This record gives sequence, structure tokens and C-alpha cells, in this order.
Amino acid sequence: MSTIESAMSTIESAMSTIESAQVLSASSLGLLGCSVCGELNRALEFECGCWCCGAPLQQRKRDSLSRSWAYLLAAAIMYVPANLYPVLRSRTVAGAESHTIMGGVVALWHAGSWPLALLVFFASIVVPLLKLLAMTLLLVSVHARSSWRLQERACLFRLLEFVGRWSMLDIFVVAILVALVRLRSLATIDAGPGALAFGAVVVLSMLAAQAFDVRLLWDSAGRNERA
Amino acid sequence: MCRECDALQKVPSLSRGELLACCRCGAHLRDSHGERLHRVLPLTIAAGVCFVLANSWPIVSIEVAGNRASTSLLGAILALYEQGVPGVALIVLLTGFVAPAAQLVLLAYALSSLAAPHRLSGISRIVRLLQALRPWSMAEVFMLGALVSLVKLAGVARVIPSIGLWSLSAVIVLTAAAHAAFDVRGYWERARATQ
Repeated sequence: MSTIESAMSTIESAMSTIESAQVLSASSLGLLGCSVCGELNRALEFECGCWCCGAPLQQRKRDSLSRSWAYLLAAAIMYVPANLYPVLRSRTVAGAESHTIMGGVVALWHAGSWPLALLVFFASIVVPLLKLLAMTLLLVSVHARSSWRLQERACLFRLLEFVGRWSMLDIFVVAILVALVRLRSLATIDAGPGALAFGAVVVLSMLAAQAFDVRLLWDSAGRNERA
Repeated sequence: MCRECDALQKVPSLSRGELLACCRCGAHLRDSHGERLHRVLPLTIAAGVCFVLANSWPIVSIEVAGNRASTSLLGAILALYEQGVPGVALIVLLTGFVAPAAQLVLLAYALSSLAAPHRLSGISRIVRLLQALRPWSMAEVFMLGALVSLVKLAGVARVIPSIGLWSLSAVIVLTAAAHAAFDVRGYWERARATQ
């Protein structure tokens, strides 16, 4: 109980400092926010875990930058086979065909369902590419200790986190088509090697975003030091 | 404290329906929908029932020239595995089936532990796991995938959406509602108050 009370008193004294208009960061005051429940803790007592929910406390995510770079690089490498190899191979009475991701979009477009073609185009081509580029931008800007458009970059990261999972769309389409279209002699659809690569891109880029600690944007720009 | 930029700020009292954003980076800090924790358990149970339904019936069927084929989510995973792409099967299994199911089970466990006289073991780990699972549970992405493939096939075959698809949409709505009502801070406040 005593740790809770002492934490509360530190928080209260910190609160009185906030009265001044300048934005203060938790880390500059020797406080530590819990990543799970958001409660403030005293940084000195971080070994005990969060007083509210018991989660282990960390100043910042461990090795955030190097882990994020590693996942990002892996995702970028997988991006090449994901787009070059076919994700689907169909065999019909008319003959065999294989589709890359882009080919699937084109086929949808020609079939006249252009809203769907646009949806798949965004989910499987634009979003993964933008994710790779945006993550690179964020990581480079942290290394450069840049304070350029901090707010916009924070917003970009939120967008990235939200939109990443929707790229999995194509994998699910492949899964259903493969299972559904097995009409013995008439037609069958198989998954191609591109599907695995594409799934890996999506998972790896999600991991890259999760390993990244947004607070580093503000740390590296020097906004979280005590003035 | 803002979780995304570490800025400290005073939290004003919010009136109903207001949202609080960080004064520096604009991240969502808190909302004020009042006490909604009591809604989470019923929503979770309902979602669980629909989840079982969604996985025990096929999601879609197609009919071409008298041949009929249908698939469920687990059937799709099995088909991927049999066709020699176990990697893709694993991704689909984890994001489409295991993560949503685990989410519902853990949510139900965490909430029923509020009623227990003692704090159940590992509950804080479970709440953390729930947070971590959230981005990986992709029932709604799977749903959209199912719809896209239906439209793809609509040109060449007669497609029949079946019970699985309807239950899946119910799962998505109910899980989203349960998650919107589950707030970790409120949960721990409640846990401290009852134990």
C-alpha cells in the first residue's frame, strides 16, 4: 500500500508542476507510465511493476529501434517475391493460369467490379508499400533527431498501426478460393509461393510497427527533456 | 500521461460522450462513456456463441453445373495445409481462428474473475495478453476477404452465402462492442474496489 501512496504523492507534486503552461514529459520528472493501463509510476520503483495492474514497467520499449529496423528489412526483402511470384494458380478446362497480386487486381478491374479492384489494390499494394516507406521515414527521423512535423509523424504512426492488419485481406481471399474451388474436373485453385511471402510481409511489417516506440519521436527531438 | 509521447497533462472531468486527446500529439487519451464494464461479459458470451456457430457451418457454397462445393474457416485452413502451403495455413489459423477465440475466452475469464472473492492467479498477465492480441485478431478482415472472393466467383458460379457468414458478421459486431466497452483502467479500478 505504501508504494501506491508514495506514487500518488509524486504524481500529485508532478501535477502541480504542470500548472505552468509548458508541456512536461513523465520521464523528465522521474515518472514512468504503464504501457498497459496508463497509470503513472515512480521510475525508481519500476522493478516492482505497475502499482495498478502489475505489468512490468519499462522506460521505453527495449531495443525498439534495432528490432524495428530488423523486422522492417525482413519485410522489405519479402516484398519482392510477394509481388513477383503468383499468389494463385488456377486450372480450369480452358487451361492453367497464375495470378500475381497485381494480376488479381487487373482481373477484378476487367471483370467490371472496379470498386472491389480499388479495395484490393489499396489493401494489398498501396498499404504494404506505404507502410514500408512510412516506417523507414519514422526510423530515419528518429536517428536524425529531427523535430520536423512531429505531430504529423505521430499521426502517421497511428494510421500505420490501424491500417496494417487490413493488408491480410488477400491472404484470406486466397484461403477461401483455394478451399472453395475444388470442383474435381472443372476447376481447381492452388495457392502460389507469393502467398506465403505476402503473408510474411504483412506479419513482419506489423511486428515492425509494434516494436517501434512512438515516444522516441518526441525523445529524439529533445521534447521530453526538462527545460 | 500520454502513452504515445510521454507528455503529462491534467485530465479534466469529461461530460458524457466527450473524448480527450493528448494536448501535444493528439493521441486518444480517454473517453467518458461512463461505466460500461457490465456490458462486456454478456457481449463476450454472445460473441462466443456466434463464434461456435460461425465455425461449425460453412461460410459460403458455390454451385457450378450441378457441382456443389462449400467451405468453412477451418476447412479453408485444412485445404491450404493439404495443398502444401502450411505457412499460409498457419497465418490464417492464428489470425482468423486462434486469436479471436483466445480473445473471447480471456475476456470472459478476466471479467468473471471480478466476481471471485480473491484475485485469480495470472489475471494481470491475461489482461496484458488481451491488449497484445488485439491487432492480431482479424475476424473482420477475414469477413471482407470472404466477400471479395464471393464477388470474384459470382461471375462464374452461383454463390450461396450460408449460416457461417451471417454468424461471422455477428461475431465481428459483438466483439467490437465488447472491446469498445472494455477499458483496462476501468477494469483495474473495479478490481481494486471489489477485492
